Amino acid sequence: MSANLAVLKTEARLFRREPGTLFWVGLFPAVLLGILGMIPSFREADPSLGGRRAVDLYVPVVLLVAMIMAGIQAMPPLLTGYRERGILRRMSTTPVRPGALLGAQITLHGAAALGSAVLALAVGRLAFEVRLPRQLLGYALALVLTLGSALALGCVLCSVARTAKVAQVLGTAVFFPSMFTAGVWAPVQSMPETLQHIVQLLPFGAGSQALSQAAAGDWPDWPHLAVTAVWALVLGWGAKRAFRWE
Amino acid sequence: MAIIEVSGLRKVYGGRTVVDDVSFTVAEGEIFGILGPNGAGKTTTVECIEGLRVPDGGTVRVGGLDPVGDHDRVTQILGSQLQESELQPKLTVREALELYAACYPRPADWRALAGRLGLAEHLSARFGRLSGGQKQRLFIALALIGSPRVVVLDELTTALDPRARRDTWQLIEEVRAAGVTVLLVTHFMEEAQRLCDRIAVIDRGRVAALDTPAGLIGRSAQSVVVSFTPSAPLDPAELAALPGLGSVAPAGGRGGGEAEGRLEIRGTDATVDAVISLLARHRITAHRLRVGDATLDDAFLDLTELTAPTPQEA
Repeated sequence: MSANLAVLKTEARLFRREPGTLFWVGLFPAVLLGILGMIPSFREADPSLGGRRAVDLYVPVVLLVAMIMAGIQAMPPLLTGYRERGILRRMSTTPVRPGALLGAQITLHGAAALGSAVLALAVGRLAFEVRLPRQLLGYALALVLTLGSALALGCVLCSVARTAKVAQVLGTAVFFPSMFTAGVWAPVQSMPETLQHIVQLLPFGAGSQALSQAAAGDWPDWPHLAVTAVWALVLGWGAKRAFRWE
Repeated sequence: MAIIEVSGLRKVYGGRTVVDDVSFTVAEGEIFGILGPNGAGKTTTVECIEGLRVPDGGTVRVGGLDPVGDHDRVTQILGSQLQESELQPKLTVREALELYAACYPRPADWRALAGRLGLAEHLSARFGRLSGGQKQRLFIALALIGSPRVVVLDELTTALDPRARRDTWQLIEEVRAAGVTVLLVTHFMEEAQRLCDRIAVIDRGRVAALDTPAGLIGRSAQSVVVSFTPSAPLDPAELAALPGLGSVAPAGGRGGGEAEGRLEIRGTDATVDAVISLLARHRITAHRLRVGDATLDDAFLDLTELTAPTPQEA
């Protein structure tokens, strides 16, 4: 137990030495919200969005961006590199299982995405008077489930990719569709209805709907929560099955 | 007492048998070498001992334990330095030592280990910035950090310059002096000859020979090398008739004209005696006469050539 803790502490130190990851996961989502919030029309109530402002809708979007950055952009090349460089093998000659390294990194990327979410919520509240989510528990649940599916998707990339380079390429290929379904170009709630129906079957689309509902004060629809949970489980299971230690 | 027992080990990759019926035991306190050409199955053999691969046949025991089934307990008595493994590039030497010390229930004092391995001044250097020699010293430290009874060192000195290689040899002798058994995988003859108590020569997945370095050299047909520049040419027919002859060849002359006509004769002690009397009979002077024992190099080539032409029956 203390050995796994030592692994976690060491990996946390290493995590702090990755300026790229710290920026794209930790700061970029809040910066993006700041930039969008500076567009005057985004701060005006829009009847077509049910009287909400665009900036209100973009708060959940940037939280999803944080998850995508952590799970799909940052984590897969790192974990694949650990395997490629023999770091996992080196660890497996000790009494500690190499899974401790993977577990530590998944935990850290998840924690960074959550930290980034808190920062983005604070920026939204302080700079643009976006109300904090009124159905807090539902919001947190949707956040955690969607994060789970983002990390699981990252693990699938890591299982499928042989090298860190391939993981990066796959990550980028998955990155843009993920950003689209998260609503970066147009929030899911403002998409045409048919598109909404398709997008909300995908983890980030469903996550976006659930977060948006909880922000407005309603308990998120169970189908949306179920979609994110099922994706997290299926992707996680697939990643575990396909994973090769070397 | 044997700390490592390998018996009838077999490992197949995609229909190709890379390790075939390999057996040997390593006694406690020994430096045991596994010597062989690249791709002979050396690393696969030690990976089975380390529990990183599951054998397709035969048994492996480390301290009486199964490296696969009893992996946790085996990792506590067996320290490993792997060929071609790295650490996290931004991990410092100190962090690496602390992390790996935390992995073991009874770790050695990492500060003392760092001092002994000349890493004390590099504690805050990141792994990615270390030189090849420093990385290897760190890997030796990590192999020893769990206070193991036996360490496996796989191609430890391959990437090192001659000076660093000699320093590492001294280290390995110190490790053994501290009571740790060493299993050394190498393709450097000089290294095996200098360090090992016993050597298993592995060639194409099989143990071609297992003996002390002196025993291996003696077992070879050509254990003595005599070279000289005769004052007059010698009759090739008479040379070919020498008893116990291995080979006669013009010696590679580095000094230009001086080495012209120089001969190198390989054979047994009887060959040397016959050469001397042949020279005496013809009143030929042997200039710059050198008689030396063949090295492990010669023995190795001899041993691996024996099995070279066709795959033989066991």
